[in-house]
Amino acid sequence: MPETPPTGPSTMSHGDQPRHDQVHFFADEDRVALLEVDVPDETSAPTSLWKDAWNQVKVRPLFWISAVMIVLVILVAIFPYWFTNTEPRQCDLANSYGGPEAGHPFGFDRQGCDIYARTIYGARASVIVGTLTTIGVTLIGSIIGGIAGFYGKWVDSILSRIGDVFFAIPLLLAAIVTMQVIDRNVWTVALVLTVFGWPQIARITRGAVLSVKNSEFVTASQALGLSKPAILAKHVMPNALAPIIVIATVSLGTFIVAEATLSYLGIGLPPTVVSWGGDISNAQAAIRTNAQVLFYPAGALGLTVLSFMMMGDVVRDALDPKARTR
Amino acid sequence: MAWYVARRVMQLIPVFLGATLLIYSLVFLLPGDPIQALGGERGVPPAVADQLRAQYNLDKPFIVQYLLYLQGLFSFDLGVSFSGREISEIIASAFPTTFQLAIMALVIETVLGVGVGLIAGLRKGGIFDATFLIVSLLVIAVPIFVIGFVFQFLFGVQLGWFPPTVGSDVSFYTLMLPAIVLGSVSFAYVMRLTRTTVAENLGADYVRTATAKGLSRRRVVSVHVLRNSMIPVVTFLGVDLGALMGGAVVTEGIFNVPGIGNALYTAIKAQDSPAVVSIVTVLVIVFLIANLLVDLLYAVLDPRIRYA
Repeated sequence: MPETPPTGPSTMSHGDQPRHDQVHFFADEDRVALLEVDVPDETSAPTSLWKDAWNQVKVRPLFWISAVMIVLVILVAIFPYWFTNTEPRQCDLANSYGGPEAGHPFGFDRQGCDIYARTIYGARASVIVGTLTTIGVTLIGSIIGGIAGFYGKWVDSILSRIGDVFFAIPLLLAAIVTMQVIDRNVWTVALVLTVFGWPQIARITRGAVLSVKNSEFVTASQALGLSKPAILAKHVMPNALAPIIVIATVSLGTFIVAEATLSYLGIGLPPTVVSWGGDISNAQAAIRTNAQVLFYPAGALGLTVLSFMMMGDVVRDALDPKARTR
Repeated sequence: MAWYVARRVMQLIPVFLGATLLIYSLVFLLPGDPIQALGGERGVPPAVADQLRAQYNLDKPFIVQYLLYLQGLFSFDLGVSFSGREISEIIASAFPTTFQLAIMALVIETVLGVGVGLIAGLRKGGIFDATFLIVSLLVIAVPIFVIGFVFQFLFGVQLGWFPPTVGSDVSFYTLMLPAIVLGSVSFAYVMRLTRTTVAENLGADYVRTATAKGLSRRRVVSVHVLRNSMIPVVTFLGVDLGALMGGAVVTEGIFNVPGIGNALYTAIKAQDSPAVVSIVTVLVIVFLIANLLVDLLYAVLDPRIRYA
C-alpha cells in the first residue's frame, strides 16, 4: 500500500503572539504622550497558528467540499438505515445481475442483493477500520516519537530501532502474514494495521519534537522547575501537533484502502461483514458483463478516500507555512 | 563516507534480526495450529502431526526454532513448503519476473512522476498543475485492484493493446500493463512530492544566486533545482519499494503474473506457513538492502548527511 511521502519536520515558530514590549523611545513629554506610544495594538486580534489556519481553510471551497463529504460518509456509517430501507443481506437469486428498477436504483449483484443497500451498509466497515487505525496509530506513534525525540540518547536509539523493525516489514505484507493466523473482524484488522502502521507517525513526531525541543520556551519551563514529562506534554507536544494532524488525516484514507485491499485478497473482513473491499472482490468475475457491480462500491470507496486526502491537502496547506503559495 | 557506510550497515543488523523474529513469531506463536490447518476439517492423524512437527522443528522450544530458521536462511536453505516444494526453488523461479516488473514500475513512476512534477512545480497554480493534482488525487483514492480491473478491461480486453493476462509468456511487452498499474499509485506520490519540492526550491537563495550569475534558466532548473529536489524523492522511492512489493501481490494476482507476489498469494490461500514466512522474509531482506542503497545514494546527493 502506498506510504505517504515523507514530510520533513515543519518548523513551527512560537513567535506568533504579538509582542507587547515594543522598543521604547524618548520623546518630549509635552508633545507626545508616552501612553500613546506604549499602548499595545489591540485592534488587530492576536492570531494563533490554529486561528490562522482556520482563517486559511474557511475560504477554500475544497475544504467545504471534503468536509461535507466526510460528514456524509460518517452519517452513512453510523445510521445506514436513514439512507435505505432495504436489507443488504436479504438477497433473491432471481434478481441476479438485475438492472436498476424502482426502489433499487443501482441494480443487483450476482447473489441478487441490492447494490445500493450494500454500498450504504459497506461504509461502516471502512470508516470504523480507518478511524480506529488512525486513532491507534496517532496515539502510539506520537507518544513513542515524542518520547524518542524529547529524551534523546539511548531512549531514542532503542525506540527508533524498534520503529525500524516494524517499518522494515511493508504494511501489506505484515498484514497478510498476521491476518492468516488470527480471527478476522473489524477490530483485528484495525489492530494489525495499527501495530505495523505507527512507525511513520513516530518518525514524523520525533522530527517535529527535535525541532522544537531547543526553543526558548522549553528552556524557560525547565528553568521554572517543570518536570520533564510535564514539559513534554504541556509545551513540546502541542507545538509538534501540526505535522501529526496532517499525516493522520492523509493516513485515514490509506488505511481505508489497506482494509479494502486485505478484504479483496480474502484475508481482511470475513464475507459476513458487508464491506466495499469484499464487494469489489466479488465483482471481479462480473466486470466484463455487469460493470455496475464494480462501479458503485469502488466509486464509494474512491470518493471516501478522496475526501480524506483532499482534507489532508487543505490542512497541510493551512498548517505548514512553508507550503503556502505566496 | 566509509564511516557512514559502516555505521549504516551496522544499524541494519538489529533491524534484520528484529524483523525476522517478528515475522517468525507472528506466524508460529499466534493462536492457530498450522499443522492442523493442513488437514482441513478432518484434521491430521496424531502420528503424522508429530512427524510433521519434527520435520518443521515445531516440537522444539520457540527460540531454538527461530535460530534453526536463521541458520537455514544464511545457508540459503529455506526449507520445504507444506506442499513439498523447495521454498528456495519457488523463490528463485518467481523472483526474476517480479524483479523485472518492479524495475519497470519504478522506471515508469520515476520518469513520469519527476517529469510531470517538475513541469507542475515550475508552473504552480497553472492549468497543467491543477489537472495533474486532481489526477494524482484520483489515482491515490482508487485502490490499486480497481485500477487493475479497469485497465485490464479497457486496454486488455476492449482495446486489445496489451494482453489482459501474462501467464507463462513473460516479456517486456506483456509486463507493460501490470507495470503501469503497479507504478500508478507511486507515480501520484512522486509527482506530488517533486511538485512541492521544486516549487519550494525555486524560491531558494541558491537559485537566485545561480540566476544572478547568468546561468540559463535551463541550467538553473536542470542542475540546481532538480538535483536538490531529488533528495526527498529518492528517499520516497526507497520506502516505496515496500509498497511495490505489497502492490505486486495484488497486481500479479489480477494479471496472472508468475511472480513472487503470486507465489505468496498462493501460499496464503493454501495456509502454507513455512512458505509464507520465507517469502516475506526474503522480501523484507530485499526491502532492507534497497533502503540501505537509497541511504547511500542519499549521502551522495546530499553532502550534509555524510558529515552529520
